[in-house]
Amino acid sequence: MTDLREAVAMTVPAGMVPVLEARGLVNRYGQVTALDGADFQLFPGEIQAVIGDNGAGKSTLIKALSGALIPDEGEILIDGTVVHFRNPNDARRFGIETVYQDLALAPALNISENIFLGRELRRPGALGSVLRILDKRRMRAEANGHMSDLKIGIRSMGQAVETLSGGQRQGVAVARSAAFARHVVIMDEPTAALGVKESHMVLDLIRQVRDRGLPVILISHNMPQVFEVADRVHIQRLGKRVAVIEPRNFSMSDAVAIMTGAMVGERVVDR
Amino acid sequence: MHSRFESLCRYRIASAGRVTVLLALMLGLLPFLSAVSQPAAAQDEIIVGLITKTESNPFFVKMKEGAQAAADAAGAQLLTASGQFDADNASQVAAIENMVTAGAQGILITPGDTKAIVPAIEKAREAGVLVIALDTPTEPMDATDALFATDNFKAGLLIGQYAKSAMGDTEPIIATIDGSTGVSVSVLRHNGFLAGYAVVDAAATPEASLSTFAEDARVVCSQDADGDQAKSQTAMENCLQANGDINVVYTINEPAARGAYTALKAAGRENDVLIVSVDGGCAGVEALKAGEIAATSQQYPLKMAQMGVDAVVEFAKTGAAPSGYTDTGVTLITDKPQQGVESEDSVFGLENCWG
Amino acid sequence: MGDAVSMGRSSPRTGRNLRAVIAPLTSLGPLIALILACAYFATQTDRFLTGPNLSLVIQQSMVVGVLAIGQTLIILTAGIDLSCGAVMALSGIVMARLAVVSGVNSYLAILLGILVAVAFGLLNGALITKFDLPPFIVTLGTLNIAFAITHIYSQNQTVTNVPAVLTFFGNTFRVGLTSITYGTVLMFLLYVITGFILQQTAAGRHVYAVGNNPEAARLSGINTTQLLIAVYALAGLLYGVAAWLSVGRTGAGDPNAGQTDNLASITAVVLGGTSLFGGRGRIMGTLVGVLIVGVFRNGLQLIGVESVFQVLITGILVILAVVVDQFARRRQQ
Repeated sequence: MTDLREAVAMTVPAGMVPVLEARGLVNRYGQVTALDGADFQLFPGEIQAVIGDNGAGKSTLIKALSGALIPDEGEILIDGTVVHFRNPNDARRFGIETVYQDLALAPALNISENIFLGRELRRPGALGSVLRILDKRRMRAEANGHMSDLKIGIRSMGQAVETLSGGQRQGVAVARSAAFARHVVIMDEPTAALGVKESHMVLDLIRQVRDRGLPVILISHNMPQVFEVADRVHIQRLGKRVAVIEPRNFSMSDAVAIMTGAMVGERVVDR
Repeated sequence: MHSRFESLCRYRIASAGRVTVLLALMLGLLPFLSAVSQPAAAQDEIIVGLITKTESNPFFVKMKEGAQAAADAAGAQLLTASGQFDADNASQVAAIENMVTAGAQGILITPGDTKAIVPAIEKAREAGVLVIALDTPTEPMDATDALFATDNFKAGLLIGQYAKSAMGDTEPIIATIDGSTGVSVSVLRHNGFLAGYAVVDAAATPEASLSTFAEDARVVCSQDADGDQAKSQTAMENCLQANGDINVVYTINEPAARGAYTALKAAGRENDVLIVSVDGGCAGVEALKAGEIAATSQQYPLKMAQMGVDAVVEFAKTGAAPSGYTDTGVTLITDKPQQGVESEDSVFGLENCWG
Repeated sequence: MGDAVSMGRSSPRTGRNLRAVIAPLTSLGPLIALILACAYFATQTDRFLTGPNLSLVIQQSMVVGVLAIGQTLIILTAGIDLSCGAVMALSGIVMARLAVVSGVNSYLAILLGILVAVAFGLLNGALITKFDLPPFIVTLGTLNIAFAITHIYSQNQTVTNVPAVLTFFGNTFRVGLTSITYGTVLMFLLYVITGFILQQTAAGRHVYAVGNNPEAARLSGINTTQLLIAVYALAGLLYGVAAWLSVGRTGAGDPNAGQTDNLASITAVVLGGTSLFGGRGRIMGTLVGVLIVGVFRNGLQLIGVESVFQVLITGILVILAVVVDQFARRRQQ
């Protein structure tokens, strides 16, 4: 078993600026401290999973990174520049897209409408600017493109989302994020409600997203899937990052041990 | 994964399912509708329309019965309609329009909103249809060809005179349980009662007081209970709370009187208070017989309806139209007659009652 | 899914054509019911299927018809508005009294009447969004408030002899032998415009999204608070327009108008296939629903059936419409 500190240090690529970084985030809910000086770094071209026991602060961390929460202390940086998110829209404007656990899709609306929800395309010219008429054909075509780019085989963008299976809906949500993200895609428990076969399809999707140049933050409770797909794993405990490991260097039970505090690891030192 | 074709098929089947069920319902309803509808009138058949304020009030139920009997006797077809609530003008307007379209030669109506119904009546009259108001005059009264109604002022007057005579020298402390403000019938009866009791100057012209309730210091409590029994009970309770010495209660109709009686009985004062009312419905006369109501002015909706139908039939046959106001009669009913006030007893009342 | 061939591009045109045919089927049920009802009454009396009578039916439906547009928009957001009839009555009385009793310029009176209705819409929207209150309760409250204000302000008096501008929408023009009321033309126009906005603009799609999954709408960057307030305010505007139509139809400002119109508008929306849970339905369905009720009332009266049966049939149809809708929805999923 490699020395934990060396193993951790090895995972940090030298000289690269993180796409998304958090330094010393603190967040308190009354008496409870959810984040206690948490750090985070995401580098280009990677899938980083975030794991931690209940109460470790991982959902709070993710909310801060996606703009759903303003931390009490600490900074968030994109490509090395400090940014402030007042709400999820700000995060999206900075190019961070989130696929929420419940997908945030409107089931009665069709695929194309869901992908462009809140960001609809309008017809060119006066029809679009004055009468504000939607360019449905263009949206359908582009939606089709986004879905095919991720190799999701649904024939009609005009289908209502509620007619799709769980895995297909996940595909729509992922395609939406991949379409509009410029820096990061965050995925919150994407396979929690899916069966084995559809889960693997979603993991495939996640790899597609990364391969197309968008780093992915993956929150998951499912250890085997995490170890299957992640490049690095951020382990959160008691409101702090306690380790970042590479799956090939550690076993799942090691990861669980770090998560629960049975195995103590050195904090990553900023290089 | 379901193919798109499969899901479209399911969608189509689901929509087709809806259509089928709706179709089935429509087809199922048709025989039912045929059963309750009347056969279409022949071109020369006489069609009379009757539009009441509501379906449920027994006064209007009796009116419809009387109209149907008269129509059957004359071999005419009767179309009926009513509003959904007491002042439902929109439904009555639509009913007038539809009856004119159906070819009615005459329409009888108890208007819910006496002013707002006028334009629709005018349109019907312009189309050559005879329009007669029953029970309640329109404002203005001559907007209809004729009015067959109780003299509501007289109805109030009679019970006012009775109450004055019955109370003798006792100083009256009066409560009035009225119908809605702005409805001419309520105002007429109220003002008639006060005039009959000589509380209000009888010389004051009733026409002027068509829309406003007369007031006097001896009337210590006036509540609007919509002629509803439950609301009247509440109104009477509130009046008693405000003034425990009330000894005379005027009520707009007999359901209101029964509500007032219940409240008085609960307060133990039912034997100290004189209750008078208007209507002469069978249930009301029974209440009078039981001693709850001292006197009531009986009116004759059956007669109104019969006269109305006969007038329309006459008009359809000969073109002769009635005009002006025809008093359909009002009789004071009481089992404790008073000197100087003409009345009939409850036996007569039960023979001639309605409902 | 992962290994399925992306067949989406192989036959796009036939796919679109198929879908274009299927989609309107959802509102086809009510339309078929309407056609059947018309056919039935046409066989029972020859006075039904005439130009003048059909024009009459539409005219008798126009006030509730316009109210139902506002109600549809609100129900699409998974809300409901019980105050529409009362707000309309208040708006009508304000218009009439200002013009007749206070001598205000007719156009100004109409504008003020409509603004009163918009104000109530804003009030509804604000209470529902800012305090997160159920629309049923809020509009139940504003219903009573509007009703009371109407009766206090009008002293329960109907206002007659209103100026010509106020009755404009009751005026008619001739097409052949038939008189058509301006109000009905306006009603159709409003339906078409609303339908266009709902289907062809982002704001319209957002209405559906907010009704179908408000959290998803919010997370997609839609300002749901703003949208809901706008919907209720727009509905208020429509109630004001309905008031103008109502004054035109009766020639009077009636404080007792519209007392059952809240239920009538909801009935029309449900009969037209819009789901009370929000997010589904088409505005044209509501128009069909309005006409179904109007046809039944007119037809039943023409053939001499008592009005109470009209109420009975409406009740049966409403339950049927909802049952069938649920049935179709469950089979879809």
